[in-house]
Amino acid sequence: MIFAVARAATTSDAFNAVAEPRRRQILDVIAAGELSVTDLVRRLGLPQPLVSKHLRVLRETGLVVARDDGRQRLYRLNGPALKPVYDWVRDFEQLWSERFARMDVVLAELTAAEAGHAIDSTAESEDGDGRDDD
Amino acid sequence: MAGMTTSNSAVVTVPSDTQILITREFDAPRHLVYRAYTTPELIRRWWAGDRGQCISVEVDLRPGGSWRYVMTANAGFEVAFHGEFQEIIDGERIVSTEVFEGAPDAAAVTTTTFAEHDGRTTLSILVQHISQEYRDMHLNSGMEAGTQEAMNYLEEVARSLA
Repeated sequence: MIFAVARAATTSDAFNAVAEPRRRQILDVIAAGELSVTDLVRRLGLPQPLVSKHLRVLRETGLVVARDDGRQRLYRLNGPALKPVYDWVRDFEQLWSERFARMDVVLAELTAAEAGHAIDSTAESEDGDGRDDD
Repeated sequence: MAGMTTSNSAVVTVPSDTQILITREFDAPRHLVYRAYTTPELIRRWWAGDRGQCISVEVDLRPGGSWRYVMTANAGFEVAFHGEFQEIIDGERIVSTEVFEGAPDAAAVTTTTFAEHDGRTTLSILVQHISQEYRDMHLNSGMEAGTQEAMNYLEEVARSLA
């Protein structure tokens, strides 16, 4: 089971589905709400067959779900299916957040040291000592 | 003008299939962020994050100069990156190559910019890969140490249930 979890992060279909820029565009647009193919074609300015082709991939991978409403079919984003992709980027983001949190500590020290140095310089300014310690 | 609220998280986006963009605002002037980002003794203190210990940082900060960072991940293995500086505008911008030594074919070009506004500094790191495959691999690289930790944790949990 552990390996299934590890594998899912790199080989899940959701990754292939979002690898295509047009499909990401479609996901961006329908993330705002349910849309028909006609709506999508109009908003994206892409040929209908192309939009339909990508929608099919998105449906097959579960990223998008469809329902029939009268004579039209409406598509909407299925958020949970994107979780593996989200987790994947989020962990990288988490690594950088950890790094930056540590940089904050370093920067607080540098800022304090510089403020201290500025006070020292003011105190010593009468000596006309303009040397730079760095 | 700037409010007291800061988002402490890094923001990672993928502007194109072959790029990664990492941004973060710091409550410090630009020259200090630049110093923290380029001085070996200071890099050692942040680069490994919570995932291990930085064991070596070499930085020859000039065009054509090289850099190399090595950490020992908490799980015991070593992770090393190196590259060469291509362009340096002191305090503002650094362009360098970046190679994860576990995947030496996947060299990326990283453009790091430091922009100050009202005493705060936005750090942006744009990583340009030569292919989407390498870009994806890079995004995964952050997970190696973390995943290993997760595995260890799961093992512990499994043992406690046994």
